[in-house]
Amino acid sequence: MSDLLQAIEEKLGDAVEDSHAYRGDDTILVSHDRVLEVMQTLKDDSSFRFNMLIDLTAVDYLGRDPRFEVVYHLGSVEVEARGSEPSSLRHRLRVKSGVAEVPCEIDSVTSIWPAANWMEREVFDFYGIRFKGHDDMRRILLYEEFQGHPLRKDYPKERRQPLIGPRN
Amino acid sequence: MSEKQEILRQGDDSFVTTRVDSVVNWGRKYSFFLYPFVTACCGMEFMSVAGPRYDLDRFGAALPRFSPRQADLLMVVGTISHRQAPILKKVYDQMAEPKWVVAFGACTCSGGPYNNYSTVQGIDTIVPVDIYIPGCPPRPEAVLDGLMKLQDKVQGSPGWSRPRHQETADLDLPIIEKPVA
Repeated sequence: MSDLLQAIEEKLGDAVEDSHAYRGDDTILVSHDRVLEVMQTLKDDSSFRFNMLIDLTAVDYLGRDPRFEVVYHLGSVEVEARGSEPSSLRHRLRVKSGVAEVPCEIDSVTSIWPAANWMEREVFDFYGIRFKGHDDMRRILLYEEFQGHPLRKDYPKERRQPLIGPRN
Repeated sequence: MSEKQEILRQGDDSFVTTRVDSVVNWGRKYSFFLYPFVTACCGMEFMSVAGPRYDLDRFGAALPRFSPRQADLLMVVGTISHRQAPILKKVYDQMAEPKWVVAFGACTCSGGPYNNYSTVQGIDTIVPVDIYIPGCPPRPEAVLDGLMKLQDKVQGSPGWSRPRHQETADLDLPIIEKPVA
């Protein structure tokens, strides 16, 4: 187990359901109802300082419970030099959190990293996962008349949409 | 000898007779003003065929107009996504009569390799199409062949002053009521 994972488990305790390290990439699994507090700690705590949300996406494990998994990639990057104290720890972390099919929702992390705004909208657009606390939860790449969420594994590849032909 | 034959004999080779259909269509088919609606990789092939080696200018179709109101040939070149569809429809509607549409490449003909949630499965579901040029992308020779087939079609089209929407009125094209772009 890496130093980072050890520190996380000491600090966050039972909020971390599972963890693994593979070739230098650390991953933790967090319960969906504790994402917000875990993320806040990961950003603010001086031993983590994940000041950058690199990516936010989702995976559909159709047939599994919980069906979806939201994946966050966090990084700690140098923002500005602050004397002798480094502002970043130059490490990174993957956080995963399971989301059930019903209710298909999880807390938004836009209050922690504003960069999450568009990425959460994209996940909502393509997977239909709603982010609680997001102030503008609507489609971002597709149009509002689009029916369904096309990156769900049960979205039929050949389904046609009402506004654009040919009709089914 | 009838009066008409007498006139023809006296005129010798100083005039020709034709029908207005033929001469108007002859003029049109050698002076396409095309609007290149280029969205994807087929655009590179379009540039190739418009360039000096293959030279669309030999067919009188050299002058791209970047305003649909000045164009009479809509060249749809490349994949059309759902988000592009209302734009394409609008461009088509803005073109003045007479107007023709060429579907350039597999994507515009049928959606090509993209059978998915975001790609229009052939632009003939949005606008009426005169000539389909298949290929991914089409060879320049195929484009020239398509252009010549369109010339033949224009030359043979009856009723040169008939508005095109009368020909296409019975096509069942979905109407995109709301712009989605």
